[in-house]
Amino acid sequence: MQKLIPGTTLDGRTLKTEEFIVRDEPYYEPQGAEIELFHAAYTNQIPVLLKGPTGCGKTRFMEHMAWRLRRPLITVSCHDDLTASDLVGRYLLMEGETRWVNGPLARAVQIGGICYLDEIVEARKDTTVVIHPLADDRRVLPMEKTGELLKAPAEFCLAISYNPGYQSVLKDLKHSTRQRFVAIEFDYPPADLETTIVVRESGLAEDIAARLVKFGGMTRNLKGSGLDEGASTRLLVHAAKLMVSKVSPRTACRGAVSEALTDDPDMRAAINELSSSLFA
Amino acid sequence: MSQRPLSSFELEQCLENCLDAVLSTRRTAEAPASELSAFTRRQQEFVLHWLDVIVSSNSEMGFQFVSHVPEALRLLPVPEVEKWIIHFMDVYDREGLYPGSAAVRGVGLFAQECRIESMAVDFSSIVRVLEHFIRGLSGRGLKLEAGEHVFTDTGHIYLPARLAVFVSEKMNFRLYKATAAHLWAQTQFGTFRSTRNGTGLMKVCAGFPQRTRACRLLNALETVRLNACIERELPGLYLEMMALQRELAPIEYPPQWQPSLHRLRKPAATVQDTVDELRRLFSCRQTPPAAFCFQGDLRLEDTETAMRGRQQQEKRAFRLWLRQIALDLKAVEAARETGSAVRFAASWERAPDPQQEMSLVLQFDGTPIDPPDDMQLLSRSILQDFGEIPHDYLMPAGDAAYPGTSRPADLPSNVWEGSYHEEGAHLYNEWDFRRQHYRKDWCVLREIDVHPSDEPYVDEVLRRYSGLISELRKTFEMLRGEDRIARKQSNGDDVDLDAVVEAYADMHAGMEMSERLFTKRRNLERSMAVVFMVDMSGSTKGWINDAERQALVMLCEALELLGDRYAVYGFSGITRKRCELYRVKRFDESYGEAVKRRISGIRPQDYTRMGVIIRHLTDMLEKIEARTKLLITLSDGKPDDYDGYRGEYGVEDTRQALIEAKYRGIHPFCITIDKEAHEYLPRMFGAVNYVVIDEVNKLPMKVADIYRKLTT
Ligand SMILES: Nc1ncnc2c1ncn2[C@@H]1O[C@H](COP(=O)(O)OP(=O)(O)OP(=O)(O)O)[C@@H](O)[C@H]1O
Ligand SMILES: [Mg+2]
Repeated sequence: MQKLIPGTTLDGRTLKTEEFIVRDEPYYEPQGAEIELFHAAYTNQIPVLLKGPTGCGKTRFMEHMAWRLRRPLITVSCHDDLTASDLVGRYLLMEGETRWVNGPLARAVQIGGICYLDEIVEARKDTTVVIHPLADDRRVLPMEKTGELLKAPAEFCLAISYNPGYQSVLKDLKHSTRQRFVAIEFDYPPADLETTIVVRESGLAEDIAARLVKFGGMTRNLKGSGLDEGASTRLLVHAAKLMVSKVSPRTACRGAVSEALTDDPDMRAAINELSSSLFA
Repeated sequence: MSQRPLSSFELEQCLENCLDAVLSTRRTAEAPASELSAFTRRQQEFVLHWLDVIVSSNSEMGFQFVSHVPEALRLLPVPEVEKWIIHFMDVYDREGLYPGSAAVRGVGLFAQECRIESMAVDFSSIVRVLEHFIRGLSGRGLKLEAGEHVFTDTGHIYLPARLAVFVSEKMNFRLYKATAAHLWAQTQFGTFRSTRNGTGLMKVCAGFPQRTRACRLLNALETVRLNACIERELPGLYLEMMALQRELAPIEYPPQWQPSLHRLRKPAATVQDTVDELRRLFSCRQTPPAAFCFQGDLRLEDTETAMRGRQQQEKRAFRLWLRQIALDLKAVEAARETGSAVRFAASWERAPDPQQEMSLVLQFDGTPIDPPDDMQLLSRSILQDFGEIPHDYLMPAGDAAYPGTSRPADLPSNVWEGSYHEEGAHLYNEWDFRRQHYRKDWCVLREIDVHPSDEPYVDEVLRRYSGLISELRKTFEMLRGEDRIARKQSNGDDVDLDAVVEAYADMHAGMEMSERLFTKRRNLERSMAVVFMVDMSGSTKGWINDAERQALVMLCEALELLGDRYAVYGFSGITRKRCELYRVKRFDESYGEAVKRRISGIRPQDYTRMGVIIRHLTDMLEKIEARTKLLITLSDGKPDDYDGYRGEYGVEDTRQALIEAKYRGIHPFCITIDKEAHEYLPRMFGAVNYVVIDEVNKLPMKVADIYRKLTT
């Protein structure tokens, strides 16, 4: 389900991010007051931090908010090789001339879009240097190379995501960073809501979806006692889709969930036993 | 030896040689010889060898043997055939020729038993899977143990040490699973919840003239109810359980049972309905139908004793949570002033969908309070036992509920006479939670060396655990071996094309061209400094001390490989005036003989005052240059010192010191060895990351594992 509609102008392999307007309403089931909270932060020009485990709907929420606010959404998945100039921009040589090309963050600032930096802790430390002035009331992006300061318009919004579940101290968000943001906490939705989501996303029959969600809950019971994470909503949606494609429920749970969760054979066996307890 | 099988003619000759005494014209060796010719030379040699042995005891037994050994070889692998031979010769020796030859002829039966035996499943091979399985079912962990009786005391599930009921490993495993699930269902669906007039099942059974019969009947009826619960909640499991039973013998209920079945299978049925039906059927002189294969026993006395112990603990824990909440709300002081008691109200919120767990709603003075997750979990366990939060649980705990405070504090206070001075010592503040401020320069700390020991302890550990250690090294090597390409280096193995293009463009734009144009393979710069702070208080005596030392050896081995900078300190002391930090390995010291001798010299000393030690090591770490700084504490978790540093005071100071460290950019991580998982641990360590290890022998591997996870 692709919600990001790139414009008609595809020049070469560059996608014009300005055209990342979300046209159709992305399906999002609110769990609490997150929509209101985000809205309020946005109108007050306060950046937002989304906290929560993997696959619980953070990205979907951002797409939904971008649609509500009618702003283009630019998502950057951070990785450990991502540098500040990957975000801000760099000079390129084109037809014998140098041309400055904005990075996604600079572009988002320029067009007053929403920039979503996914898994910010994965990025190299120097990236925080560029987001700090953007995330406090200065709201400027320093562009070291060009010597310019890009002032963010009122429509611009910075959002970052962070999964506090990691144990590693290397993946901890520094206080000077996190204290610039309004934090919205996400978790896996309560069972009835999660069932609705699974049904909507996969087309699976409701009673089976409810059982699948119960199975998800069972794996979450094991978090911290041998599992680092339980099954995410995303994994449950995957399993549901397999079932809709006529894969037997046990096989679907095995493929989409237990294999994805752990390599420990005993744990995998236990998770498979849990799914066979629910699905004959 | 030729590998060609012997022909039937050759075999007949061999047999005749051996069995001459028992053969006649009507009883020849022809038939066995011809059968044996179909086997390999190796099998033939095996038969001839044993024939010799057997004939040396008795020729008739020899004849019986050759007549049946072909069958044996077809049914069993050679080692099992040998067992059969030993078995029947044993019978012959003990009971004579007739029973002996009967045992030879019984080879078919023997083979069947062997097969059953080889299909047996041991408890040890399933315990891990089933423990995960049971925890997954409801989130509450039950400990699985092998035991003589199959039952649950609501904290443990006891299962047989071995199951060989079915001739298939898979089925025997399923029986284990079904049994564990049935006993889990007893705890989950309220078998032991007290009945209408507040009595437990033990009293109910004791009220009947024939106690044992009543108890059996009760178990059978309750199984009807639980089966129905499982059918509703876990349909897949239910089908499997019924299939197992069908494989053995279906359970048939007598006609008088019909009304009971109907009543107990209703979703709303509780153990009260079971008790009512017990009364009805008992008076009908009904004997219970056969037990289900997964049913287990009801050992009500054992269960009730265990439950009482657990309930007391849970009550205490629950009230401690309330106290914490009351403290945070500043309700304690308010109540003290007005002389009234702090009271909470609890109710349950059930989500509209019945699949979902109930959740606790706490209220204080009419204001709802969101209970922490751990408390939520605890309250579910209480709900399972009582169906509500009993009234007396809702009173916050008093001071006495903290560990240690109940001990008399009238210990001699001046251990210090004579030699006391503060020269060269470090002074540290301590947090007094009652006054909510620091006591200035309250603690006096000195660094001293651990007295080295000449025991070859480290070498011994290295030898004894060489397998584990090499495994450990491998995992850590993998960490280190994570080579990656560093971009934009000023020198390196290859040209960084992206960088060149960028630099070229920069240059054209009139900027200075960068020199960082190369890529370089290199190990990720870890830039890590870690201090291990090891509990040397008296309470670590024995096992824990040994496990700590072993953990240190393993860690040092692993850390040497990684090249992370590390230091190791032990701590103990008596009173605030004598806090002692024992140097085992300083940052600038290498892991050599001296360090090894100090590790082996670590011995339990006196008391535990953690706050001051954390503050001192935080200072130390702050002076070290490293991107990431870790402070890992290894303790048995009990803050305890001579002069009142115990109970809530010690908990709060330790907590405060950890929070201070965190704010100074250090990552504290606490590893606690505590079999009882004391309730104050979340309070003390909860502000930072921590784990509780309940099995001491797992400590060494666990510590290394934690370190690996923490730093990748
Ligand atoms: N509240 C929700 N409403 C609708 N769909 C949801 C919701 N929560 C989860 N989903 C489903 O779960 C899937 C995963 O969600 P998403 O990709 O947003 O996770 P995420 O939190 O961004 O995970 P990660 O941290 O791994 O990036 C979505 O594709 C969607 O199908
Ligand atoms: Mg995402």
